[in-house]
Amino acid sequence: MEINIQEKILRANDDMACKNRKYFTEKKVFVLNMMSSPGSGKTETLCKTLKKITPEIKTGVITGDICTTNDADRLKKTGVAAIQINTDQFGGDCHLAAHLIEKAAQNLNLKNLDLLIIENIGNLVCPAEFDIGEDAKAVVLSVTEGEDKPLKYPLMFQEADIAILNKIDLLPYLDFDLKEAVKNIKQVHPKIPVFEISAKTEQGFEPWIKWLKTSVKSKLMVL
Amino acid sequence: MHEMGVAMQMVEIALSSIPKNINNPRIKKINLKIGELTAIVEDSFKFCFKIITEDTPLKNAKLIIESVPVKAQCQNCNHTWDVKNSVFTCPGCEKGTVDLISGRELEILSLEIEE
Ligand SMILES: Nc1nc2c(ncn2[C@@H]2O[C@H](COP(=O)(O)OP(=O)(O)OP(=O)(O)O)[C@@H](O)[C@H]2O)c(=O)[nH]1
Ligand SMILES: [Mg+2]
Ligand SMILES: [Zn+2]
Repeated sequence: MEINIQEKILRANDDMACKNRKYFTEKKVFVLNMMSSPGSGKTETLCKTLKKITPEIKTGVITGDICTTNDADRLKKTGVAAIQINTDQFGGDCHLAAHLIEKAAQNLNLKNLDLLIIENIGNLVCPAEFDIGEDAKAVVLSVTEGEDKPLKYPLMFQEADIAILNKIDLLPYLDFDLKEAVKNIKQVHPKIPVFEISAKTEQGFEPWIKWLKTSVKSKLMVL
Repeated sequence: MHEMGVAMQMVEIALSSIPKNINNPRIKKINLKIGELTAIVEDSFKFCFKIITEDTPLKNAKLIIESVPVKAQCQNCNHTWDVKNSVFTCPGCEKGTVDLISGRELEILSLEIEE
């Protein structure tokens, strides 16, 4: 006997993500999901970014790691509300799922925020698969990781709305071919904006900050 | 490794789809559709499935996976092509915005229950 099902396997997550998205829109908050492999500089980029956009853009952060509250502690030093999610209590998941965001968001006063940035768990594979209710996805790639990463992890670069190429201050010391990296990103996602930055020296931040502010404001304007 | 999470979701849907009026149901096959762009490693997925279904009617069920090729379409010239080697640039006009039309599937299609 054959039982017909025809259902998306991740439907429960998709439904929860949909609920989150509606909730964030109700609260008039723009949500950015930031992803990268471990150590590409998500937290460092965020710390520097927060300094530049607050208090003009009222921002909160949710940061995911398997363990430790190190990242939330670093982010809190910039003066924003930062919530740490640790997935070791949920089986050490390698990505943030929509239900974890729903829970974490309850600890933030969203009514007072314009922007919520979610720093996903360091991993170029799994987080790309899971919708968490964000408005946009950013992928961070650092120049120490190799030019070919977009071709090896196409889903992540295809899903992302923007790409940040970080640690360009290190270029003089590496054989990294910046042109080739950008070409590979655009091969996987032809129209994606690519921001070349150094979170250490804050070089190249203006276009990225402008993109972020414009995205927040255009969501608020539509509402 | 998100294959475990995906396998758990799949098992939950499969179990809840078994008609309640069958005594001691045994599932022979589960038919699935998995797009080639999804980051699912088939062997890991099958391994996870095996360990979490030990004590369930799904034990020893065969996973029949239909893999779906990655296809894209250009908004500018409407050209549709099979994406190979992650080349999402339109081979027709090389400039259009590209829509993904298949390759992201992660679906459970049906169950085959032993009579
Ligand atoms: N030279 C240089 N180092 C950087 C830059 N950005 C980050 N780093 C360093 O890279 C290391 C990792 O940075 P994090 O910001 O913790 O990276 P992450 O992506 O948040 O890491 P996980 O959350 O663990 O995945 C730290 O030692 C940073 O100081 C940069 O632009 N240039
Ligand atoms: Mg971090
Ligand atoms: Zn075209």
